[in-house]
Amino acid sequence: MIEINRQGEVWVFAEQEDGVLSDVPLELLGRGRELADKLSVKLAAVLPGKGVAGLSADLGAYGADKVYVVDDDLLEHYQSVSYTKVLCELIQKHKPQIVLYGATAIGRDLAPRVASKMRAGLTADCTDLQIGDYEVKRLDQVHKDLLLQVRPAFGGNIIATIVNPDRWPQMATVREGVMAMPSRNGKVAGEVVRESVKISPEDLAVKILDRHRAAKKVDLKASRVIVAGGAGVGSKDNFQLIWDLANVLGGAPGGSRAAVDLGFIDHDHQVGQTGTTVRPALYVAVGISGAIQHVAGMSGAAKIVAINNDPDAPIFSVAHYKIVGDLNDVLPRLTKAIRTKC
Amino acid sequence: MAYNSIVLVKQVPDTKAVTGKAMNDDGTVNRAALPAIFNPEDLNALELALEIKERYGGTVTVVTMGLPSACRVLRAALCRGADRGVLVTDRRAAASDTLATSYILSCAVKHIGDYDLVLCGRQAIDGDTAQVGPQIAEKLELPQITYVEELHSIEDGVMTAKRNVGNGWEKVQVKLPALLTVMNTANTPRPAGGRLMMQYKKARSLSELEQDGGSAADAEKLKAKGLLIDQWDLDDLKADLQWCGRDGSPTKVHRIQSVVLTATEQKEVEPTDDGLRGMVHELISDHTIG
Ligand SMILES: Cc1cc2nc3c(=O)[nH]c(=O)nc-3n(C[C@H](O)[C@H](O)[C@H](O)COP(=O)(O)OP(=O)(O)OC[C@H]3O[C@@H](n4cnc5c(N)ncnc54)[C@H](O)[C@@H]3O)c2cc1C
Repeated sequence: MIEINRQGEVWVFAEQEDGVLSDVPLELLGRGRELADKLSVKLAAVLPGKGVAGLSADLGAYGADKVYVVDDDLLEHYQSVSYTKVLCELIQKHKPQIVLYGATAIGRDLAPRVASKMRAGLTADCTDLQIGDYEVKRLDQVHKDLLLQVRPAFGGNIIATIVNPDRWPQMATVREGVMAMPSRNGKVAGEVVRESVKISPEDLAVKILDRHRAAKKVDLKASRVIVAGGAGVGSKDNFQLIWDLANVLGGAPGGSRAAVDLGFIDHDHQVGQTGTTVRPALYVAVGISGAIQHVAGMSGAAKIVAINNDPDAPIFSVAHYKIVGDLNDVLPRLTKAIRTKC
Repeated sequence: MAYNSIVLVKQVPDTKAVTGKAMNDDGTVNRAALPAIFNPEDLNALELALEIKERYGGTVTVVTMGLPSACRVLRAALCRGADRGVLVTDRRAAASDTLATSYILSCAVKHIGDYDLVLCGRQAIDGDTAQVGPQIAEKLELPQITYVEELHSIEDGVMTAKRNVGNGWEKVQVKLPALLTVMNTANTPRPAGGRLMMQYKKARSLSELEQDGGSAADAEKLKAKGLLIDQWDLDDLKADLQWCGRDGSPTKVHRIQSVVLTATEQKEVEPTDDGLRGMVHELISDHTIG
């Protein structure tokens, strides 16, 4: 752990694979910029890899004031121990107050390992990050300007705000798509700081024999229209009703976690806290109750239509159009109404 | 060559059965209000350990940390073929966040000592953080293989496995000891065995025995039959209390809110052809759909 350092920077782990930056670090630079401005400190990206220095310009263009580049042949592929060493040594040296990671396969492997080594706190899958005060009435203490890490907690209708008052850095992971992607500014690259961390063979205990990366099957984030089905759809066969409506709208089919767990649709299509966060022009929620973990992933849609046979389903509280009815009856009619109108 | 596994499992509230009443005011879960189940992916971790034991020999020790009632998952593991169950329970461990939990569990693993593999489920359904596995690996200074989907082989202490990284996979090799986190796609967990269920029906931890009014003599009897489930507290683990429980947890719950999300304007649409056509017209005229 590091001591509290009010001058500490705000950091984003700049995840890249094969020399291509992931989307999440860029999204995190957007929110990171706001946090850093609020704290009047610099926003920096930490970029380990092999031959990656060229990516600094992109990181600068998305808001980083500074990029720490750790370029080493041994860092070509992500590995838990070697990357943990890089992050921990840089954190020890520069004492950032906040470190953010994408909640990707890599980020979720790395961040807890770093947290353990630093004996610092870590909050997974945050849906919002703010700066604010934390008051401990019992001790009559106020911790000023902490990172407020907001995440839906257990159950359906509760949001927890987590803080790390004294064991810094304050660290959090955020899923892809949760924070809006900032626009590229015309700024020239921020300051580039070259760092080196000695990687030894023991730090590369895992041998990668073979690796394969598939292009993403669906890109829900890029869809203007999403028609999502939930447990209420009843079966994989019946999910055809969802595909039909998505097709006439030129949209993508999505699902709640229950629909994914029941095997109605692949996990790639899951919307929500542990799936994809989407902001389409139109979101049609069909047979979805509206648990907070689902709503967290779709409430940013410009227009929301909800179809549910329970008039009190929570999904209706975020819907612009409320349709109370049996989806087996409503969906075919709706598909027809759209097909004949446009 | 035989390999000894330690499987870390958690008893979790069945999050599919959650109601608003299931939260305490301080934001912690009122577990009593929910049915408790074996965390699903921990069953996949156990299955993998049992398969390793069948293929190469060795032992499977299952550890859980929780209330004395968490012993149920240990019995469930014994009934599937685990050799030994260990319950870590201590009031001073209450309110541990993932970091403090991983510290305590790493002490338990050290206390058991002789192991080649530590296996965990990828994540627990009550928090979905997936943090405890990697944190334990760091504390034990072990390499970690997260998201294991397939174990190809172990030869002369070198394991080859396939991991699922979401947008693809990796085939990796590591010299044991190592920590693995196992995905639900890795295997189909076996059901409890009939004979084993008969055998372990009466397996109990000390605190369960005490609850049922059992005596020290009863404990000795159970032990002689191999039915006494080990129960350790933080002193047994020689855990440093500053890293346990509330004090050992860097994260604090600041605030809990019930969310009220509302659409700015809402229209109720009749589920009739006319009603639906009206809505479609509006969506077309405001350019939501083309
Ligand atoms: C840590 C954590 C993370 C999670 N992450 C996610 C996530 O990313 N995404 C997600 O979606 N969930 C997530 N969940 C799960 C979430 O809490 C809910 O369990 C899930 O969203 C419920 O899915 P559902 O609405 O499809 O099913 P249900 O809650 O079972 O709702 C089914 C709905 O269908 C309606 N219905 C039934 N029959 C009909 C019919 N004939 N016509 C019309 N309506 C009908 C019912 O009235 C009901 O409202 C998470 C949970 C946890 C604990």
